[in-house]
Amino acid sequence: MTDVEHTHDPLAVPYREREQSTSMQRLDEPDEPVYGTQLDDRSELFTINIGPHHPATHGVLRLLTTLEGEIVKDVIPIIGYLHTGIEKSCEDQQYWKVVPFVERMDYLSYYFNATAFCMTVEKLLDEEVPKRAQYLRVIHLELNRIASHLFWLGTSALDLGAITMLWWALRDRDMILDLFEMSSGQRMHTRYVQVGGVFEDLPPGWEAKCREFIARMPSRIDQYEALLDRNEILLQRLKHTGVVSQERLHELGITGPLLRASGDPWDLRKAAPYSSYGDFDFKIPVGTTGDNYDRFRVRMAEMRESIKIVEQALDGLPEGPYITDNRKIALPPRHELATSMEALIHHFKLVTEGFRVPPGEAYVGIEAPRGEIGCFVLADGSAKPARVHFRDTSFVNLQMLPDMSRGALIADMIASVAMLDPIIGGVDR
Amino acid sequence: MPDATGLELIAADVRERFGDEAVVSTLYFRERASLEIAPHTVHEVLSYLKTDADETFPHLMSCHGCDYFPEEPRLCVHYELLSMERVERLNVKTRMGVENASVATVTDLFPTADYQEREVYDMFGVVFDGHPDPRRILMPEDYVGHPQRRDFPMGGEEVLFTFNEDKVPRWYD
Repeated sequence: MTDVEHTHDPLAVPYREREQSTSMQRLDEPDEPVYGTQLDDRSELFTINIGPHHPATHGVLRLLTTLEGEIVKDVIPIIGYLHTGIEKSCEDQQYWKVVPFVERMDYLSYYFNATAFCMTVEKLLDEEVPKRAQYLRVIHLELNRIASHLFWLGTSALDLGAITMLWWALRDRDMILDLFEMSSGQRMHTRYVQVGGVFEDLPPGWEAKCREFIARMPSRIDQYEALLDRNEILLQRLKHTGVVSQERLHELGITGPLLRASGDPWDLRKAAPYSSYGDFDFKIPVGTTGDNYDRFRVRMAEMRESIKIVEQALDGLPEGPYITDNRKIALPPRHELATSMEALIHHFKLVTEGFRVPPGEAYVGIEAPRGEIGCFVLADGSAKPARVHFRDTSFVNLQMLPDMSRGALIADMIASVAMLDPIIGGVDR
Repeated sequence: MPDATGLELIAADVRERFGDEAVVSTLYFRERASLEIAPHTVHEVLSYLKTDADETFPHLMSCHGCDYFPEEPRLCVHYELLSMERVERLNVKTRMGVENASVATVTDLFPTADYQEREVYDMFGVVFDGHPDPRRILMPEDYVGHPQRRDFPMGGEEVLFTFNEDKVPRWYD
């Protein structure tokens, strides 16, 4: 562990001094209180910790909050408590074994992480994915988007004092997890998406069960809107809170529902269609003012659009292979192993060594439930990636929290965290 | 994505404005346009590409580090630029050795780079000059070393047990 000496290295500052530097440096006030002027309220400021273990912070997120009475003057998110070094671990895995690792980053939208990684590797391999596999990916991605938004709906309503919503939303999310279990054998972190396609075709009965779900879901969303959208307490807490202008959102690199709530219809599914998204007819819901209420409405509307996409994809599901027939990348079918020597060799080589990826680097961004999730892979020609980096949406979006909360009540900050929907597993990776 | 010709046009534009040594190389690989620039020109070139170029790239989607070990220069910072109007991406990267791993911050141009530059510093030890809050972000503040470098061993830290408690140095010692 060699560390390089820099004369201007921030680590040269002693630890305790740096720790103190986090407190109130960013306040737009003079260092010395000016007594007798309007600015002498500095003595009223106090700094408290919210988290890292706090039910309203959605995981181990620590908010160093500077308050004046009940008004938030400044908030500094402190992260890293859940850092597990997934990106480093990926460098020690063969490409096909990286998928379960990256799925555990943003643990509510695992299909998106896996798809982003697989699409990046497919780009490096210059490999075409069969049409049926693309449709199967879309079906699962959109089901995962609904599941992720349902979990957001339940937990954020819980933050705002509506406990019923949590059980109702988790009830519907469980139906999606049942579908995932049926198609891949796992309820979460399914490893369904593979390089070159998907792991397996849909089992018998899956489509009927999925159609049952998409028939039921719109009326469920109606129920949730009837519960929440006419609730005076919820509306009071969401409307006109946490407003951030669209220009500031662009500067901060915010994407996804948070950006669309401010009126910008930027969505990679429409802007740069990948994985056959161009085949489907769906709308991009946008808000107007960009407050917490718009963020709530946009996500609710997105669930309806996702249901439409799943329905269209099931109707138009093309026949054909569910994974590429390039035996250098994908495992041969099981029945061939008994009769074909080549299949046996390919199977052995793929399982022991994995496939090699030609040297190069690629970055692919796709639209996850929280915005653009980007995957960067550097290949050095071996069977293991030299670098895997995820531009995780929650990590970037979290920078917006100080802008949402400054000057607001502390209760509004909790509502803002709920509508921001950060997944700490993705923030810290 | 700008195509291979578009990338050369951008590179020629940057060369004309900031000198021949500003552009180190260009690479068009798998529909990805990549422009490698010299470390001391990062701020000027990104500022130019953001606002003044013929075809601007006003959004920074991702800023991340990379270690090209055993190639030299080893460390690299990637900037994934995006134009939402034309739906085009441009990768700008700059490479430097571990001895002089420092580059100017772009947080004044793209405030989104704040956390991401801190992560690059944390993981690779690239110092961003002028960053408003140049601390580690994911690793503990008193951590020694930059774990995403390729010469940093996997499982590089010994695990504390009762039997080796007195032999393994601990962070608070």
